Amino acid sequence: MKATVLVRPKTGILDAQGEAVERALEHLGFAVSGARVGKVVDLEVAADDEAVAREQVERMCEQLLANPLIESYEIELHG
Amino acid sequence: MASPQPRIGVVTYPGSQDDRDALWALGALDAEAVPVWHEERELPSLDAVVLPGGFTYGDYLRCGAIARFSPATAAVSEFAAAGGLVLGICNGFQILCEAGLLPGSLLRNESLRFVCRDVPLRVERADLPFTSRCEAGRTIVIPVKHGDGRYVPPPDLDPAQVVFRYRDNPNGSVDDIAGVCNEAGNVLGLMPHPEHAVDPLLGSADGALILASLVEAARDRALAAA
Repeated sequence: MKATVLVRPKTGILDAQGEAVERALEHLGFAVSGARVGKVVDLEVAADDEAVAREQVERMCEQLLANPLIESYEIELHG
Repeated sequence: MASPQPRIGVVTYPGSQDDRDALWALGALDAEAVPVWHEERELPSLDAVVLPGGFTYGDYLRCGAIARFSPATAAVSEFAAAGGLVLGICNGFQILCEAGLLPGSLLRNESLRFVCRDVPLRVERADLPFTSRCEAGRTIVIPVKHGDGRYVPPPDLDPAQVVFRYRDNPNGSVDDIAGVCNEAGNVLGLMPHPEHAVDPLLGSADGALILASLVEAARDRALAAA
């Protein structure tokens, strides 16, 4: 089963990259606010059952893909 | 009887950069510096361990996130749990945070720029094995060189765990924090590089205050164990 993990800087954590991107977008003439830069991890889990796959990816997030102190994560599964 | 040379290990990971400088500096301060390869599951007999700076595993995912899984890191965790002295410098600090041996995390510098310069630090604690030769409240000058040094503490960090503060914050660290220790005080991490400041020829010898404190504490432990 394919999974996509979205890792974001937690609310309240200063995201210097997001701020720089926001300023650059403003230079291009866009009216934007709240830009945050995170990461995307695409992977394939060796599991057919959605619940099993989700549980595994959650453990991956807790143990490696995200640092719970500074990052939040969101899991998307694609059959 | 001549006092014994304490044995201090320096772990080399793929991408470690300052391991040789750390080995040299410890040797210059009269320790027996012992290279430790990252694949070693058991540490040799050591009185202290240093995790040096660098860019282990290319800083992939997060700085220190992959090195945390090295066999030697597990051995260092056991060593620390048994009360062993562990010093993490720069990337070594990041590895200790990722491994859960130290609180907090290190993020991209607020400026988004790599900073490489001498920085003045305020010594907050001089009662640790790593700082016995320092004086609390005094300023020491040690270089930093990092792109990811902005320290973010956990919400419940005990202020007593802050060991060094920047006098002129180079990276946006919360509360100007440059170095922290664990609750027991046997594990220290800091972003500045004491191993690059052990000789006046290098611009400052203040780093020797930290490393010589460590050598001395390691020697005391070696003597106690003998």
